[in-house]
Amino acid sequence: MPEPSMLKLSDLVTYYGQMMALKGVSLEVRQGEIVCLLGGNASGKSTTMKTILGLVRPREGSVEFEGNRIDRLATGEIVKRGISLVPEGRRIFGRMTVWENLAMGSYVRRADPKADIDHDMERVYSLFPRLKERLGQFAGTMSGGEQQMLAIGRALMARPRLLLMDEPSMGLSPVFVDQVFDIIKEINKQGTTILVVEQNAAVALSIANRGYVLQNGRIAAADTAAALLQADDVRRAYLGEE
Amino acid sequence: MTSPMADLLSILPQQLVFGLALGTVYGLIALGYTMVYGVLLMINFAHGEVFMIGAYIGWAVLAFLLNHAVGGLHPIWVLPVLLLPAMVICGVLGMTIERFAYRPLYLRGGSRLAPLISAFGASIFLQNAVMLTQGARMKVYMTNTLFPRTWRFDIFGVNVSVLLLVMIAVSMSLTWGLILLVQKTTLGRSIRAVSEDREMASVMGVSVGQVVGLTFFLGSALGGAAGVLVGLYYTQIDFVMGYSAGLKAFTAAVLGGIGNIKGAMVGGLLLGIIESVAVTFINPAFKDVVAFAVLILVLMFRPEGIFGETLSDRKKV
Amino acid sequence: MPDTIREALRRNWYWFLLAGGLIAPLLAPNDYVIGVLARICLYSMLALGLNIVVGFAGLLDIGYVAFFGIGSYVYAFLASPHFGLHLPFVPVMVIVTLSAAIAGILIGAPTLRLHGDYLAIVTLGFGEITYLCLVNLDRPINITGGPSGLIRIDPPQFFGHVVDSNIEYYYMFLLTLGCMLFASIRLRDSRIGWAWRAIREDELAAASMGVNTTVSKLQAFALGATFAGFAGGLLASWQKSVFPDNFLFQESINVLAMVILGGMGSVLGVILGATIIVALPEVFRDLSVYRLLAFGALMMVVMIVRPQGLLPEGFATPRKKAEEQPPAPATASAAKGASKP
Repeated sequence: MPEPSMLKLSDLVTYYGQMMALKGVSLEVRQGEIVCLLGGNASGKSTTMKTILGLVRPREGSVEFEGNRIDRLATGEIVKRGISLVPEGRRIFGRMTVWENLAMGSYVRRADPKADIDHDMERVYSLFPRLKERLGQFAGTMSGGEQQMLAIGRALMARPRLLLMDEPSMGLSPVFVDQVFDIIKEINKQGTTILVVEQNAAVALSIANRGYVLQNGRIAAADTAAALLQADDVRRAYLGEE
Repeated sequence: MTSPMADLLSILPQQLVFGLALGTVYGLIALGYTMVYGVLLMINFAHGEVFMIGAYIGWAVLAFLLNHAVGGLHPIWVLPVLLLPAMVICGVLGMTIERFAYRPLYLRGGSRLAPLISAFGASIFLQNAVMLTQGARMKVYMTNTLFPRTWRFDIFGVNVSVLLLVMIAVSMSLTWGLILLVQKTTLGRSIRAVSEDREMASVMGVSVGQVVGLTFFLGSALGGAAGVLVGLYYTQIDFVMGYSAGLKAFTAAVLGGIGNIKGAMVGGLLLGIIESVAVTFINPAFKDVVAFAVLILVLMFRPEGIFGETLSDRKKV
Repeated sequence: MPDTIREALRRNWYWFLLAGGLIAPLLAPNDYVIGVLARICLYSMLALGLNIVVGFAGLLDIGYVAFFGIGSYVYAFLASPHFGLHLPFVPVMVIVTLSAAIAGILIGAPTLRLHGDYLAIVTLGFGEITYLCLVNLDRPINITGGPSGLIRIDPPQFFGHVVDSNIEYYYMFLLTLGCMLFASIRLRDSRIGWAWRAIREDELAAASMGVNTTVSKLQAFALGATFAGFAGGLLASWQKSVFPDNFLFQESINVLAMVILGGMGSVLGVILGATIIVALPEVFRDLSVYRLLAFGALMMVVMIVRPQGLLPEGFATPRKKAEEQPPAPATASAAKGASKP
């Protein structure tokens, strides 16, 4: 029995300046899944992420989250409803400490009397023990891998039901990439649905349930992760195999 | 026969103390410039006029109290009564300017000149609005009713009035309060987040518009307080005082590192001292040029100021 | 039908303006009005000059009046009893022009690395310093005549004829304005003009396309200063006196308002702006005290409502010209990297 649809993009057309970046993108993420969105540079991956979060508005089409349309809402509203982003390039607040970055992550829940921020922090520490060691350190002075962990931890502080991740492997050493993706799997096991955008198809497909391939603003392929790993054109284009 | 140089040097300690006091006020005004630059990357030209309006509000309240006071006026309660309305009204004024003269422009993106010109226009408008409604002649604070001129004493050979000490104390307290707010509170964190990366701050759920408005409120309120303090100390206020004070406070902000709150206070103190010391040696008519010279030197040799990051480090969102 | 008339206007507006300018004093009811027309010409020159700096190159100079003042005072130094020099008109104006250009370079040089906000403040400062110098440099040696300025300046003389009536000055100014107008248009459409436009839009991109931003910016400052300096010389010769209070900060605001109202970068627009801002206070005499208030409000409102001004750039550019390609870039590297406009 299929799980309920959590995120649904329908025929999204988004412009980036004068250029049509998304030319009718439709995809779906069901509760509990890990879905990956593959594609090369300029395929429209980041634009898709930005559209979901309301950072850019689609010209046509709709974005639905848990049954409600969110494409006309302000970013703050969307985030409040349970979507968090780990952005491309980490974009942690370099002039704040690790702790302050995590605290900013829980900003959206500051008015919630039932929020247990300390509990959430503990959860982040259990996933990323290294962060606990460096609570007072300025985030800008950390290595790329540590910043990635912080970016993920920060996003988790909002207790999202859907976590968007934009190229988490970028700029990381292969060892780190494996670590990060193991953690992503763990987060998913703990109950968070994940949509990850990646150029590194191999590792993304290794943890995902399903995948989409984005090419020039259109969905070129959509299937289970296993099937995509087998598909010849995917292998050739993204896995570097002949 | 003492040499003129010895004469000048003998008044130096006195000048230093004045410079310090003046510097704390510059710092207070500079905070407004630096905070707004932090969140919007623009210079709020109208901030000097907000400072000036604060001075006028303080004057009006003091005049009212003097006309209607039954008992004695003691600074302990009068000072807050002067400061509070000035701070609140100036804070709201600053927020209003942002909302109507700047927000439509920086949201639109595009030309960087437009918000600048609008800010400049706002400055001209406010200055002339005050001139037309309050008259072109200066107004006088009857400070000696609160702080009698005799209320002074000697510290380390320098003759210091109680008012001067109060001025320093109030400025430093307000500055410290702001620093605490920015460093320790959630609101402060959200301001810092918006300063650093506006887009990511909105992804954290921060309402950027609200935060920007609040930043203007805080900066403008401090500017208003500075206006009252300057009015009390120098007793003469007029509608052009915002122009030169604004320029100097801006210089202080740049000197300390624009966008950096600590820098604003340090820059203010430094500039106050530099100016006071320089004025003992040169023609006082060129006093304002001292600040300007400091500005040019900083911009040419170390544009990021004392504590600042170079402009390229900041993500221009 | 209206379309072709519009086209005709657009293509030939230069001639229409000239014709209008030539007959205007003949329609004037009295000499005072001719004086106003002369002032309009003078301020139009200033507006054109500032238009180069702000409109073409995007450099917000709010201390522009400094160059006006320098031009006036240099004329006074060279053609009055003050230093006992009475040089003839043409050499004086040449020196005035050169001095202004040098001043433009000197004031522009420190601003080269500064962004818009800082640039504005620094130019403001220089404007103020200039005023302070004009007022205070009368002790210990009397250079500028102090607050009371310099008087008994020689009027221009051409082949023995002394210029002495408003209408003569008017035609002199009109001629100058015409030349400056012509020069502005040529500059706008030249290689320099395109460099300025590139800098105005995105300085970093301009630099990477091979534009020498340092030279271009200095050129903008120098040329803008030249226009103002020349106008200053003309003012001195007309008023036959100069006072520091002719060159207050307010005047910078005036000229900036003209450029903004008319349309930044629009040659025809800024002339319109100058006309309106000089003529309006004459019409609304009693409201003159609200003038600066109105300018402040005007700047805010124009930026928000119609930032391109009354007659936006390109309004008076005939269709055909607007489709022309920019002139070939000066360097090979620029040719490699230049993108199509």
